[in-house]
Amino acid sequence: MKTITSRKPIEEVTGYLDKCRKVYIIGCGTCATMCHTGGKSEILEMKEKIEGSGKKVTGWMIIPTACDELTKYALEEEAGRIKEADCVLAMTCAVGVQTIALHLKDSKPVYPALNTMFIGMEDSPGHFSEVCLQCGSCVLGRTAAICPLVRCSKSLLNGPCGGSSGGKCEVSEDVPCAWQLIYDRLSEMGRLDEMEKIEPFKDWSVSVAGGPRKIDAEAECTTTS
Amino acid sequence: MKAGTRLERILASGKFAVTAEAGPPKGTSAEVIRKKGELLRRCCDAVNVTDNQTAIVRMSSLAGCLLLRQQGIEPVMQMVVRDRNRLALQGDVLGAVALGINNILCLSGDHQKFGNHPTAKGVFDIDSIQLIQTLKMLRDEKKFISGEDVSGEVPVFIGAVANPFADPFEYRVSRLAKKVKAGADFIQTQAVYDVPKFARWMEMLTERGLDKKVHILAGVIPVRSAGMARYMRDYVPGVTVPDEIVTRMEKADNPKEEGVRIVLEIIEQLKDMPGVHGIHIMAVNWEDIVPEIVQKSGLMPRPVV
Repeated sequence: MKTITSRKPIEEVTGYLDKCRKVYIIGCGTCATMCHTGGKSEILEMKEKIEGSGKKVTGWMIIPTACDELTKYALEEEAGRIKEADCVLAMTCAVGVQTIALHLKDSKPVYPALNTMFIGMEDSPGHFSEVCLQCGSCVLGRTAAICPLVRCSKSLLNGPCGGSSGGKCEVSEDVPCAWQLIYDRLSEMGRLDEMEKIEPFKDWSVSVAGGPRKIDAEAECTTTS
Repeated sequence: MKAGTRLERILASGKFAVTAEAGPPKGTSAEVIRKKGELLRRCCDAVNVTDNQTAIVRMSSLAGCLLLRQQGIEPVMQMVVRDRNRLALQGDVLGAVALGINNILCLSGDHQKFGNHPTAKGVFDIDSIQLIQTLKMLRDEKKFISGEDVSGEVPVFIGAVANPFADPFEYRVSRLAKKVKAGADFIQTQAVYDVPKFARWMEMLTERGLDKKVHILAGVIPVRSAGMARYMRDYVPGVTVPDEIVTRMEKADNPKEEGVRIVLEIIEQLKDMPGVHGIHIMAVNWEDIVPEIVQKSGLMPRPVV
């Protein structure tokens, strides 16, 4: 699983750091390194920018997987340098930012340097596409393994709208029409009749609309085994 | 009769229906709607009021429909699923019926990216086919989507749209069939400029017997300048304008007259096409041309049913 991140505009980041004189920077060795948003070279680049604006960077580290429970121990090891800083700048995904803030012993702000975008598929090296909305009730079994909720700009569940033209979405020439892709794949499989069925109303309560979601994987393993 | 609206009665009697579109203002003037209503009163059986068309905020369709109703003009309330979730959509249907608005047209809606609030969150809680289903459930089963009972009757004549010019072309008839299965009583199509392609689509749907299950109203948009024709050809999602029409407009001494001639030629062919039960005229910001178009098409006076 890859959490795709992108860099926030530098103005937003410097806005956060406005009141801080000393900054500690944390990157992540997993997804953010792969996305070139929070690996070593990006951290050093950020360090240079911050120092260039007259601030001090008290230290930096790359946590192997910032969203992991082990983040707690990494923060303990660097406690001295972090303590010296007025804030922590996290060049990690939002899960990393929140994990760091949760385990940080000192009461000081943790600012995100990245925007967390989506769970992505790597189409080609360094090229990521959003392919899953994490909606909580997967429809892929009925849509030729292509997710219309996130790949169709209108999350349509019952086929292409009137804006599908030449295989492209009305929103942009660069966006393939998800339903054209679904149609083509079902057509190849000789299963176009599946597109005649009306997809039932979506249960959004198992998605973000239902409030924060939790899964007890341990308990699920016990019940299914 | 499902709702007994004038539009339903005309279509049920086998007469050729005429509807037109009145876009509400980007403001609060009831007068804008009333003027359009007066213009269209005698030449149309019902008037559509668009719902934040092209994702630009305008006076609500429900309010526009009520203003028409108060003038004694039959409205068709357009509803897109882009701006409201299932609670708001169902609530507005009940409100519309309470106010005497019984023709409702279900659409997905242009993507918010095209409008004047491109950073808005598109709702898309349900899609247009599910909105058709919802209306049918409210009317025939008197149930909400949740399964709970609705109090009172919900007599609605359910409309849907179809774009025979979108892709994949072969799927377009299946999508129409899906809308019919969901409960659509009438269809208003995207603007027809490419008549042969539209005829192929009509042939395919009549082969499936769909023209017996739903009333098809073919959409037309009169063009009043070569610039508009080019813009529609190049930039409007879902519209196909053949180069030949653009060329005719470019060469015309009087483009407005040429635009009317073109639309009249299209209507003439549509009137004779098996399965076409009416036309829907979308004269965007050119509503005052509609009476002339209907008159010259030989569709006046409108029947009294």
